[in-house]
Amino acid sequence: MKTGAKILVESLQREGTEIIFGYPGGVVLPIYDELYDSSLRHILVRHEQAAAHAADGYARASGRVGVCLATSGPGACNLVTGIATAYMDSIPMVALTGQVPTSLLGNDAFQESDITGITMPITKHNYLVKETADLSRVVKEAFYIAGTGRPGPVLIDIPKDVSTTSVKDVPVPEKVELRGYNPTYHGHKRQIEKALNLIAAAERPVIYAGGGVILSNASAELLSVATQMGIPITTTLMGLGAVPGDHPLNLGMLGMHGTEYANFAITECDLLFAIGVRFDDRVTGRTETFAANAKIIHIDVDPAEIGKNKRVDIPIVGDVKSVLTDMLTCMKKTAGHEAWIKKIRHWKQHHPLKCPDDGRLHPQFVIRQLSELLDGNGVIVSEVGQNQMWTAQHYCFKHPRTWITSGGLGTMGYGLPAAMGAHFARPDVPVFDVAGDGSIQMNIQEFGTIAAEKIPVKIAILNNQYLGMVRQWQELFYDRRYSFTELPAVDFVKIAHAYGIEGIRVESPDEVKPALQAAIDCPGPFVLDFRVEREENVFPMVPAGAAINEMIGGHPR
Amino acid sequence: MKPHTLSVLVENKAGVLSRVTGLFSRRGFNIESLAVGPCEIPGMSRITIMVIADDNKIEQIMKQLNKLIDVIKVSDLTDNERVERELALIKVTAEQGSSRAEIMQVATIFRASIVDVSPKSLILQVIGDSDKIDALETLLRQYGVKEFVRTGTIGILRGSKTVAPGK
Ligand SMILES: Cc1ncc(C[n+]2csc(CCOP(=O)(O)OP(=O)(O)O)c2C)c(N)n1
Ligand SMILES: [Mg+2]
Repeated sequence: MKTGAKILVESLQREGTEIIFGYPGGVVLPIYDELYDSSLRHILVRHEQAAAHAADGYARASGRVGVCLATSGPGACNLVTGIATAYMDSIPMVALTGQVPTSLLGNDAFQESDITGITMPITKHNYLVKETADLSRVVKEAFYIAGTGRPGPVLIDIPKDVSTTSVKDVPVPEKVELRGYNPTYHGHKRQIEKALNLIAAAERPVIYAGGGVILSNASAELLSVATQMGIPITTTLMGLGAVPGDHPLNLGMLGMHGTEYANFAITECDLLFAIGVRFDDRVTGRTETFAANAKIIHIDVDPAEIGKNKRVDIPIVGDVKSVLTDMLTCMKKTAGHEAWIKKIRHWKQHHPLKCPDDGRLHPQFVIRQLSELLDGNGVIVSEVGQNQMWTAQHYCFKHPRTWITSGGLGTMGYGLPAAMGAHFARPDVPVFDVAGDGSIQMNIQEFGTIAAEKIPVKIAILNNQYLGMVRQWQELFYDRRYSFTELPAVDFVKIAHAYGIEGIRVESPDEVKPALQAAIDCPGPFVLDFRVEREENVFPMVPAGAAINEMIGGHPR
Repeated sequence: MKPHTLSVLVENKAGVLSRVTGLFSRRGFNIESLAVGPCEIPGMSRITIMVIADDNKIEQIMKQLNKLIDVIKVSDLTDNERVERELALIKVTAEQGSSRAEIMQVATIFRASIVDVSPKSLILQVIGDSDKIDALETLLRQYGVKEFVRTGTIGILRGSKTVAPGK
């Protein structure tokens, strides 16, 4: 006989879980008691939202399923933003929540909330387990659903009596069989052939690659396709790192804060090869003008993404890696599109991203210095706002899964906890959270976690004393009326010290490199408070609803 | 925008109906009618949903329905030869006398049956497509409809084609 709590912990270990991020409470006491002398590592966070983001950061950096745990009611509700963040970016995660005993379900019992109801639209699937005997099967299914097809978070709600009840050991099924869940992995042969013919006939092709490439671990295949056929690549925010930032065919990011050359290339291409992307409005700008003269090929594992926002000529439903591998086997080498590549090279030369050099401390400069120092050997996590966009623009990502950011939901407060999770996936490299002064204060309590657990995350705060991205919109579109976007100066070094974390303030450009080096050299966590130019803007920028080649803050054409 | 009849085969589990309807409400669609019940496959249920929307919106919603783990199969019956039926119960004010006789005549024309008789009212049961039921209810309104209940439309393809798991 085994209790539900024991079955749960054993099931997690059977799925290969090595670490869970959580926070205890009344109805999860039986589970915590089981964790007390388990070999499963548990990290106590300071807020459940951080547990969800940490599990998500771990998943993104490792490619495995992240796990978080919270108590019922307030604990479960605190996970919600983290679950929604993972859902929007298709991150594999299993969220475990305690629930009031089955006899009290629906009674408005103490700390009861209908978390399966609340998370229905933000999970790939969720379970309310009513029988202890179902637990091992449910855990197995949850991991399977979270990690296969288009990945996503799965929540398991476990009433207290389900954890305490003992049942005879139930055999766990070898394979998961779900009648309603059969993701398509292999692309249709004929569609792949048609796509190859279209690519061969194109004069101005562009690859538009996104988070799907990273999720499917298809970076190598993507680069082979691009180089063998001579096709320039632009990536979405989520796709950064899929191809090396300094590769000659790489055009960087496209969209609202994309490079001018990427957006020009999209506008002028005659073939758009979309891979693991979802034509998000931050990417496309006005959809009618996005790649308006191009035929479109779209690979995605989720059929619902194909044709959702833009009509597609050749849809290919399948796993990106599998489809690109099939393409590579039947691909004939085509012309190198010399004229097109030359034109793009010209744009690249005449429309580079700008980094002011006037002796003052500019945030772009901080990112470039960090990029130089790490040279691809680190994991960069970001918060949300200008800090995120400057990092996306100016850091040269060289490997997949080294760029971790909340793309779809844009969750401020994501960075620090996600960086904690990323550290456990990549303890071999420095992990930086590039933060804004606003965002960092949304989960600043996690200074407590990194101090207590000695998690050597480096926090680089681009402190502009503004909710900078919102201020930028107010400057540009609301006549500089800075309504509730100014933040009084905070001495983040003092806060760090209060938690026993080292830190320094940086106020001039020449201090940047030594400060970053000090952070890297420090064996523990480190806080860098960069007092940057306060009213710096992220440019170029496509105003909301404009065509993506109508950028402001770029170079004259 | 036109009415669509969707047939959705689902696992018969707690919460399935709210997963399915949630996809509609999230997109601001009003479900015109909905009928659920067990079907020929043990452990599964069939839901018939009528909704008014653009074809491309319907395509998106069908794809989203297909993504639900508990949904086995989704079909749009709209452009196919099909049989659609709905059952309604109508409680009509019917005092003794001429109106009662008239109501019984109307019932005969609509092939509705009288399933309950009381001194002041009658209950009519009618089966048909939703237009027929609407027409009967409109006709009866002059006598005073006290209560009107309908099951929601159910639909099935004509011929040997089925909405069943697999292709
Ligand atoms: C939780 C949350 N609330 C509000 C927003 C809206 N928002 C987007 S960027 C931003 C400002 C972020 O300020 P800061 O972290 O200081 O970054 P900066 O833009 O100054 O680099 C805000 C408020 C958000 N994305 N997330
Ligand atoms: Mg700021």
